[in-house]
Amino acid sequence: MNKFENTGSKDTRSGFGSGLLELGRSNPNVVALCADLTGSLKMDGFMKENPERFFQVGVAEANMIGIAAGLTIGGKIPYTGTFANFSTGRVYDQIRQSIAYSNKNVKICASHSGITLGEDGATHQILEDIGLMKMLPGMVVINPCDYNQTKAATIAISKHYGPVYLRFGRPSVPNFTDPNLKFEIGKGIILNPGSDVTIIATGHLVWEALSAAEHLEKNGVYAEVINIHTIKPIDKKIILNSVKKTKAIVSAEEHNYHGGLGETVSRILSQNYPVPQEFVATNDTFGESGKPAELMAKYRLTKEAIIDSCEKVIRRN
Amino acid sequence: MFLNLKFVISKMKEKTKLQKLIFQTRRDILRMVNNVNSGHPGGSLGCTEFFIALYHEIMDVNKNFTMDGKNEDIFFLSNGHISPVFYSTLARRGFFPVSELSTFRLINSRLQGHPTTHESLPGIRIASGSLGQGLSVALGASLSKKINNDNKLVYVLLGDGELQEGQNWEAAMFASANKVDNIIATVDLNGKQIDGSTDEVLNLGDLNNKFSSFGWEVLQLKEGNNIESIINILKKAKTLTKKEKPIIVLMETEMGNGVDYMMGTHEWHGKAPNDELLVKALDQNPETIGDY
Repeated sequence: MNKFENTGSKDTRSGFGSGLLELGRSNPNVVALCADLTGSLKMDGFMKENPERFFQVGVAEANMIGIAAGLTIGGKIPYTGTFANFSTGRVYDQIRQSIAYSNKNVKICASHSGITLGEDGATHQILEDIGLMKMLPGMVVINPCDYNQTKAATIAISKHYGPVYLRFGRPSVPNFTDPNLKFEIGKGIILNPGSDVTIIATGHLVWEALSAAEHLEKNGVYAEVINIHTIKPIDKKIILNSVKKTKAIVSAEEHNYHGGLGETVSRILSQNYPVPQEFVATNDTFGESGKPAELMAKYRLTKEAIIDSCEKVIRRN
Repeated sequence: MFLNLKFVISKMKEKTKLQKLIFQTRRDILRMVNNVNSGHPGGSLGCTEFFIALYHEIMDVNKNFTMDGKNEDIFFLSNGHISPVFYSTLARRGFFPVSELSTFRLINSRLQGHPTTHESLPGIRIASGSLGQGLSVALGASLSKKINNDNKLVYVLLGDGELQEGQNWEAAMFASANKVDNIIATVDLNGKQIDGSTDEVLNLGDLNNKFSSFGWEVLQLKEGNNIESIINILKKAKTLTKKEKPIIVLMETEMGNGVDYMMGTHEWHGKAPNDELLVKALDQNPETIGDY
């Protein structure tokens, strides 16, 4: 089992803030917009260093999306920032027409995704955003797993022309990926090779997947762990190569199984190489108030849930 | 004396050129919608003079279209359903072949029902059709010009019915708060929308006061189908730019202008004339510079 060291827990949104700050220094075309959540999105650094390239739009997300689309005309690369719920569902039609259909180079950056937003409850927790965004033609959907990867992704998407949805979160989670690792859109990463089952995880569930694999190994089950930071375009090759070996797969995500990563994986399997699959995801439900760890436990988005699903999927073979 | 005469003659020629364009554009609109038995002739006809004024007398537009539109004036159409007048204007101004107007709304055409960048039609910088989004987009382009130290202007046309979309008022608030003063918005105030008059459907109230209280410089144009009046007010609007206030022109127009049976009703908002009525409409608008 490959060893991964938690170099100190950090929130992924701070990775975004740090990446944006770096972009502010390296790319004069990067501009940023925020809908009254600058502190929550960790955009303060960029704002202070680049006041002429930062736009506070107030509590008006639809206008923010439209302005971002317009800013691309003239060569700017706008990064919009608000919570995932207000970045997607609230402004779906604005994104659809003014960004996706118009093929504008806007980066929609969404913090507080999933239920780990915690105490604010279901009005602010979105578990449908990956589905909403991946259905839009041409939209790239990225859900990095820790601080380092979020920072790398934030910088990498500036070099990709076209609309991107970058999803990250609020809570502190283990920071374990190599800070020097190049972020490649659409290219999954095998964190641990294995032969008995594939665990394909995204976002906060990647660390849980590694913990699950460690536990399984003690029982003689060797799990291959894939960090699938890009959900669209999906890395078909890495999935198929893995399941040809393991013949079983568990997908893990902090998202509704309707429309999430798991469904994309299912499509790849059913079209190419059907094997049993289990889903670690929320089961067609809204979230609720609570501490992030309590919510993850209640909604079965944990190491334990991944272990159970691995055992179940292996039994199905 | 002789110089004056020359000036008067050239002015008359110019006027004749614009008048010819108006007739021809109306014919284009009518023939396009009739051909596919769909589309929106009413608002298109009502804004014909505005488009011709904008693209022939007001805007400083580069010959070669670029998406970024740097160092040139740029225009956004928010109420995308009046695409026929936009397409005809762009074609007649040389953005794409006039013959392509015959493909409007047909399969594999760049002239989609509502304008889009998706098919790379020169002259179009944003998709529009789902209403209420154009003002925000135009503001973004205005900000982009400011960052680029580009002194040219951004124009945007909004329908009056679409002011019922809340996003416009988010944009209106943002524009004045941020002193976006390189934008000239125009509202096509024809008082009509799909279900009836704007008064009946959802009264827009006093738009002059509304935009004024949102911090905009408001200009009112009663004769929105008189091309000279439009040119004059847009020239005036230009003089008011770069004074820390966004500018809006409330332009009263007649839906269906130039076709007697289409005027004074909302019936032709989104309905095409049949062949018989097309002939009647074309008789009122003679061919001038050649049908497509």
